[in-house]
Amino acid sequence: MSESATHALTGRLGLDSLAFLHEPILLWTFIPVVLLGVGLVALVSYLRLWGWLWREWFTSVDHKKIGIMYMILGIVMLLRGFADAVMMRLQQAWAFGASQGYLDAHHYDQIFTAHGTIMIFFVAIPLVTGFVNYVMPLQIGARDVAFPFLNSLSLWLTVAGALLVMVSLFVGEFSRAGWLNYVPVANLANSPDTGPDYYLWALQIAGIGTTLSAINMVTTVIRMRAPGMTLMKMPVFTWTALCSNVLAIAIFPALTAAFALLLLDRYIGTNFFTNDLGGNPMMYWNLVWLWGHPEVYVLVLPVFGIYSEVTSTFCGKRLFGYSSMVYATVVITILSYLVWLHHFFTMGSGASVNSFFGIATMVIAIPTGAKIFNWLFTMYRGRIRFDLPMMWVVAFMLTFVVGGMTGVLLAVPPADFVLHNSLFLVAHFHNVIIGGVVFGLFAGMYYWFPKAFGFRLEPFWGKVTFWGWVVGYWVAWTPIYIVGLMGTTRRVRHFDDPELRIWFVIAGIGALIILVGILAFVVQIAVSIWNRRALRDATGDPWDGRTLEWSTPSPPPFYNFAFTPIVHDQDAWYDMKQRGATRPTSGFLPIHMPRNTGAGVVLAGIALVLGFAMIWYIWWLAAVAFAGLLTVAIGHTFNYHRDGFVAPDEVARIEAAAMETPR
Amino acid sequence: MLQQRTVPPQSQIKRRSAAALLPLLLLLAGCDRAVLNPAGDIARQQRDIILVSTGLMLLIIVPVLILIVVFAWRYRQGGRGTYDPQFDHSTSLELAIWSAPLLIIIALGALTWSSTHLLDPFRPLASQKERPPLVVQVVSLDWKWLFIYPEEGIATVNELALPVGRPVRLDITSSNMMNTFYAPTLAGMIYAMPGMQSQLHAVLDRPVDSEGFSANYSGAGFSDMRFKLTGLDDAGFAAWVTAARGGAARLELATYRELLVPSERVPAMRFAGVDGDLYRRILERCVEPGTPCSSETMRHRHE
Repeated sequence: MSESATHALTGRLGLDSLAFLHEPILLWTFIPVVLLGVGLVALVSYLRLWGWLWREWFTSVDHKKIGIMYMILGIVMLLRGFADAVMMRLQQAWAFGASQGYLDAHHYDQIFTAHGTIMIFFVAIPLVTGFVNYVMPLQIGARDVAFPFLNSLSLWLTVAGALLVMVSLFVGEFSRAGWLNYVPVANLANSPDTGPDYYLWALQIAGIGTTLSAINMVTTVIRMRAPGMTLMKMPVFTWTALCSNVLAIAIFPALTAAFALLLLDRYIGTNFFTNDLGGNPMMYWNLVWLWGHPEVYVLVLPVFGIYSEVTSTFCGKRLFGYSSMVYATVVITILSYLVWLHHFFTMGSGASVNSFFGIATMVIAIPTGAKIFNWLFTMYRGRIRFDLPMMWVVAFMLTFVVGGMTGVLLAVPPADFVLHNSLFLVAHFHNVIIGGVVFGLFAGMYYWFPKAFGFRLEPFWGKVTFWGWVVGYWVAWTPIYIVGLMGTTRRVRHFDDPELRIWFVIAGIGALIILVGILAFVVQIAVSIWNRRALRDATGDPWDGRTLEWSTPSPPPFYNFAFTPIVHDQDAWYDMKQRGATRPTSGFLPIHMPRNTGAGVVLAGIALVLGFAMIWYIWWLAAVAFAGLLTVAIGHTFNYHRDGFVAPDEVARIEAAAMETPR
Repeated sequence: MLQQRTVPPQSQIKRRSAAALLPLLLLLAGCDRAVLNPAGDIARQQRDIILVSTGLMLLIIVPVLILIVVFAWRYRQGGRGTYDPQFDHSTSLELAIWSAPLLIIIALGALTWSSTHLLDPFRPLASQKERPPLVVQVVSLDWKWLFIYPEEGIATVNELALPVGRPVRLDITSSNMMNTFYAPTLAGMIYAMPGMQSQLHAVLDRPVDSEGFSANYSGAGFSDMRFKLTGLDDAGFAAWVTAARGGAARLELATYRELLVPSERVPAMRFAGVDGDLYRRILERCVEPGTPCSSETMRHRHE
């Protein structure tokens, strides 16, 4: 075949694009990944589970199953993102003086870019979205979200984005421009390879999913609350979910626009962010941080909600200062739009502009501080049960307070002029993301796991997980704070000063301790599944919970509530228990529920092909995929079999089964 | 100031840092480093801001940390604390909860406003009135630093010599990537950006043999994009300039275009003479023959 014909057929994709063929590290990653994948496919085929997976999971529009699938995506991608972290720690502990370490710049730069991209977009976002999906509709007494099909589409678009990032590991290469794909490094002139294109297409596809999901969740909270649940009677987690998704709706378009303009620069030669012809890289930085800083709160607000629920439950008390907690959440939501410039005080803004953004940033510490005090005074005069979720709350409070303090320090522009881009900054945001978001996600997983699966997680391995993460966090990140104060900056692959080495070695040991925590978590899940009968929760309310999700059986039936509950109090289920309410056993009515559909999976699959074709300049395939996308999307609008009724007999049967003694 | 005097001798630091896991001692170990013990007046004031702000925040952080531990222990199930499930609201307590951080932030905000204006890198130093500043034009290249001394008529790569006690004005731009000019011992950092100029005003207080680097990732050769920073007394600086003028190489447009070729770990270079218009053309992005300078295109646009 002639060269031009090959080019028309496969674009710039060729045998030499298969990076794993000539890179030993990648080859040794590729082999186990392939073996694992083949093994998994073989196992599922052997157990004849494909049909079940398709019917019960892939095509499901049940918010609970979608929530669980988001969580699985997040946990799998956490393993990938953590592998990147360990590789970086090893390189930085190794590459001193004459030694260049084991990674050249080409690989190291891809790894730190992938680490950040994956941890935020494909670990933190899916895990937080997973919790909101699973818990929020149950907390407001709803049977599903407002747009069940859209929810399925959102999930699968996020999965498609994650798959594109994973493909870049073996076919072609990933971006080397940092986790926000900064220009000028990501401009076509400086990165003509596929890296930035993988980044942009993966995040555009996943970003559409996140935006749609946010619209869905906001609509659900606004429209679908149980009767009696006024806004000021909503559980705090639902409040934070609402604020977080309002934020997401407002900011994701900015990111999508920035990426779209950069795609135009890279594909058709416009000059939005180039160095010449009127382009300006600073515009890109402003747009991505206009998304980036509020995104921190998109992630952390629902996690603050988790802490509130857990604290209140395990202290056996109503949350202290409910209204001030709500106001604090709303204030943070609004203020988070006004602080993005603190990510580049050093880019040359005037002193007054820098002061404004610095002070606006500090002001966020006031409502955040109020939240800490509210949790503190919920503990005060409580009767605290130190089960696993509550252990994470205390570890969070002790860790996060320090991260908050270093954050306010970085908000003082003259201090930021020496700490910007330093490892002190890197330690700060890991302090708040690990100590704030990750600890909270673990608290939430231990808290709601019995609800989702009907059995608790085994506590011994949970404690190993806990201590691994908490001790590992401090051992890994204290030294990074210190080298940051010594003037060491981020993304450096090789150091000259031998005195720094000991700190990076300690940090590497910390990462290994965290690894123990991660492995213990995997073991814990396996052990818990094995012992699920002994760990079974027959009550549906294993922690003496206070909100509506605990009024359902564990796991809840697909329609959640046989009767829509009526709410009289903030802690609705606690209030019902006080009045001696029990689950009804008769008098059921037909329940209106959405039907499963495969359209979400199919659309996301085509989007994945479209992204891949665009990355590799395979124009014919891109055109076909785009046409397919439109056809399926329009075709799905003619699907009139979207809903149905669950007969009262069926409801009665399911409710009776849930009442039975544990199997 | 205090910090400087409490720095223990080198050997003591090593012994301590080997044994210590306490954060405080670890911080002490960092004290003799550039950020916490700088040679430049601006950097020292920035260090002081870090210390004062941290102190202010510790006023509230330390009690909170203690309360978390005390409450978690005292009110644990089976502990001595009384259980009162009705205690979920207290107006006076909530007022205190909101005002305590508010007061700290008001103090910190006032400090921020004044110090941000005072230490703005674009703001000329007060001492410039007594003594005109030394001007150095800084260009970040892929991946090395070019320093042009227009008044002295010399240029260097990856070597920056400054006279101690004389105010310095650095005019900073970039050829392609965005880098951050950062010499921790001298002053805070500022971006070097193509087609744009940023400025850094600073002064060295004592002779120093240190280094600076790019603090913003700019591609493959970024890690080793380091330059030597030397602080010399007036006589030493004059001698350094004379020595630089003694060389043979001159920095012209053609030599500059050779420097534009990306390279890594570039050893220091000196140029005995320099094209006086070069920096302007770099800044206005017209070093390539036939490319119009941005001031010209802008002028045409307005006509």
